[in-house]
Amino acid sequence: MTPRRQRLITVALILSGVGLAVGLALQAFEENLLFFYSPTQVLAGEPPDGRKFRVGGLVATDSVSREPGQLEVSFDVTDNQNTVRVFYNGVLPDLFREGQGIIANGTLEADGSFRAEEVLAKHDENYMPPEVAEMLAAQGHPDQSNKP
Amino acid sequence: MYLPNWMHKLASPPHFFRISGWLAPWLLWPAVALIALGFYAGLVLAPADYQQGDGFRIIYVHVPSAYLSTLIYGLMAAAAAVGLIWRMKLAYAVAAAAAPIGAWFTFLALVTGAIWGKPMWGTFWEWDPRLTSELILLFLYLGFMSLRTSFEEPTKGDRAAGLLAVVGVVNLPIIHYSVIWWSSIHQGPTIKKLDAPSITWEMAWPLLTLILGFTLFFAGLLLQRVQAEVLERERNARWVTEIMRPGIEGG
Repeated sequence: MTPRRQRLITVALILSGVGLAVGLALQAFEENLLFFYSPTQVLAGEPPDGRKFRVGGLVATDSVSREPGQLEVSFDVTDNQNTVRVFYNGVLPDLFREGQGIIANGTLEADGSFRAEEVLAKHDENYMPPEVAEMLAAQGHPDQSNKP
Repeated sequence: MYLPNWMHKLASPPHFFRISGWLAPWLLWPAVALIALGFYAGLVLAPADYQQGDGFRIIYVHVPSAYLSTLIYGLMAAAAAVGLIWRMKLAYAVAAAAAPIGAWFTFLALVTGAIWGKPMWGTFWEWDPRLTSELILLFLYLGFMSLRTSFEEPTKGDRAAGLLAVVGVVNLPIIHYSVIWWSSIHQGPTIKKLDAPSITWEMAWPLLTLILGFTLFFAGLLLQRVQAEVLERERNARWVTEIMRPGIEGG
């Protein structure tokens, strides 16, 4: 075995060893790496009790209600199977609208609603001019049915 | 385990020095033209997005930078591995020259992402898998650069930093698949899917032009930086004194 081949094997072994270790670590931490829970997971009791966590999903159509003259807002977050009512007092991001994906960070109340301290909009990977979006919506394109 | 002949020839520093000196302008001038065209098309010709308005245009800097940040790391690690295995001096010079460029593109991707994230998501920063793994990439670049220069003997620095670069490769698939493996705030890839493009062609072609332009710019810059790196490393070699003599004598 030439020294060159030996070094090649050493480098390959180190890389695969570290790769395996990181892979196993990520596997083990998978739950904690979850950035948000879906409403179905929330209803199934998966998020930790009494701790802050994030819930993510689409803002259900016709579910947004605002208190007149206040920042207090509430809306349903849905994954098209289950919904969680979210209450929030603060400024919403630009992309917040009905049908838009959002992530709310906060705690679950005793009555099963969610009190958010922060609401983030989640953008999808679709980019198009408004005319195209309107056209797709008019045609009832599945991707666009939830867009304004 | 044998390298083809042209690789041996290319690996000789004086040969590489000549070739890259000739090649760099052929990469840099088209790069300047493509970047100018891409920015004009992206910032002026392309229509505004249906949801984000003009704010989406930051992708014309963000996407090419983020793409290059991982591409450069892959190239730097590959060069470092060649250096470690074949003890090729030129490969270490390539890795050393690539690192700062990669670090700057990573920085640019993070900063443009934060600027866009504030109005669109509602936050500058989230400890999200995609954002965190990209930040780790920046730390890998910075670690590589400081480890390489922290030894008195340059060869030792090259080897230690090279090993770090190779080990850091495990971060690349994590960055790429983070938005697919885990629920993340960052959207999935827009132009990776060949079947169904999720971006209108009028918005896509400036982006593709800019990705190509940024890549050529990187390639040309890398060659020039490798030239400088080779000159410094080989400063006592005869070929360097020979090509430098006219400059020294001519003042």
